[in-house]
Amino acid sequence: MLEGIVLAHPEYVARLEGFDVLIRADKKINKVALVSGGGSGHEPAHGGFVGTGMLDAAVAGSVFTSPTPDQVLEAIKAVDTGQGVLLVIKNYTGDIMNFEMAAELAEAEGIEVATVVTNDDVAVEDSLYTTGRRGVAGTVFVHKIAGARAETGASLDEVKAIAQKVIANVRTMGVALKPCTVPAVGKPGFELSEDEMELGIGIHGEPGIERKPLQTADEIVDYLMKRILNDIEFQVGDEVAVMINGAGATPPMELYILNRRVSQILAGKGIRVFKTFVGNYMTSIDMAGASITLLKLDDELKELLLAQADTVGFKMC
Amino acid sequence: MATKSDVLDFIRIYADKMVEHRQELTDYDQAIGDGDHGINMSRGFKAVIEKLPAVYEKNIDEILKTVGMTLVSTVGGASGPLYGSAFMKAGAAVKGKDELSNEDIILAFDEAVGGIQFRGKAVEGEKTILDSMIPAIKAIKASIADGKSMAEALVDGEKAAWDGVEYTKTIIATKGRASYLGERSIGHQDPGATSMAYVFQAAKEVAEKVGC
Repeated sequence: MLEGIVLAHPEYVARLEGFDVLIRADKKINKVALVSGGGSGHEPAHGGFVGTGMLDAAVAGSVFTSPTPDQVLEAIKAVDTGQGVLLVIKNYTGDIMNFEMAAELAEAEGIEVATVVTNDDVAVEDSLYTTGRRGVAGTVFVHKIAGARAETGASLDEVKAIAQKVIANVRTMGVALKPCTVPAVGKPGFELSEDEMELGIGIHGEPGIERKPLQTADEIVDYLMKRILNDIEFQVGDEVAVMINGAGATPPMELYILNRRVSQILAGKGIRVFKTFVGNYMTSIDMAGASITLLKLDDELKELLLAQADTVGFKMC
Repeated sequence: MATKSDVLDFIRIYADKMVEHRQELTDYDQAIGDGDHGINMSRGFKAVIEKLPAVYEKNIDEILKTVGMTLVSTVGGASGPLYGSAFMKAGAAVKGKDELSNEDIILAFDEAVGGIQFRGKAVEGEKTILDSMIPAIKAIKASIADGKSMAEALVDGEKAAWDGVEYTKTIIATKGRASYLGERSIGHQDPGATSMAYVFQAAKEVAEKVGC
């Protein structure tokens, strides 16, 4: 897969020789570097976000399996310019352990490393009794905004701080209509009958909040938006970025239908949509489903959101 | 007591078990996790078997460390860092040795648990690897303290490990991907605790064979 990406987009990405790592085709830029990654199967995440204004390197593991520390370490070494490296990690046990080990190894080699953990999935109760919320599609906004901040020549601390600000203000929830199949397993990761849907699904098909009979697109959006809006405080006049993310096997048509209802709900609450993104950003192989992400914005986040980004999977001109 | 050849046998037997039980472990993981535990473990231990000939002449600590490093770089997921840390810590505990006393074996197990706890930040009762590993080591220690041989102690250890696996069916997962299920995780056995129980089964089989 990585070979195919490089062959398709040589102007954007290059393969780090001998590793499952994609780096910027224009190589090292003198700035804080951003490295992210995770299991494969979420394309265009994360290799598709390598480029100007976003990531400097993306590390790809096996399907739905975190990459190993040696791979992450090589990515860090390849993009560090002496100004430090920020690791953007989705909150999954395996990713955290492997990226933390890599950070320890990089620090032992004298590279300054900071980490942030994304956890935007409101379907998981954030309590002592879970691993905490999962990092899902909202991670793309962290790549975008922290990436834009790094391009301005900000320090590692400043880039980390803005990444954390995004994490504090971004919320996502997803739904699946059909499960996904990990190729090596050869059968769907969970059972879902034709007339059922799983609300609150994770990006690897992890179970959500509840399973219900299929409903209309508007009813599904109402359910997801209620959870999201209950989780973060909004006031009339607040501005948001919206991401309607496809899970892999959902037609754009359906994503736009979801977006219509999202806009209606936000308008009804007096929340202004500053920018909308509709498409496949963080997929789950062949899952049919979608997620809705809201990012609450302030002036600083708005400016960085609109800053130039030029990658395979995300562009802002 | 265990010789270097026993340690190598243990690694080979365990690697065979991971390949043999690949589907079983994957099925348990599909029920409550992300369905790749058997796939990842068998991939990792196949890589270990390929690396092993290069360290035949080394001391036991070097062998265990190589196993750990190989697992960290080939397994991925959470199991890679956890099993990798366990083998690396066990190796560090028996530095320079080409033969292990019973005390050495117990120390290696204790250090392996410490490695897993440091990396995974879990405690007993969270439906993890630790729920078969900690009871097994406790049982081994108790049996040795009672004057039993290591071979007998490993029989008790393996039994305690499988009891621990049974126990994981009764509790809610609070770590890892299974934790998203909350109460729905009850009734399922933990795949990590299961693969760990096979560690004690492999150790027991080596001890049976050499009669130590």
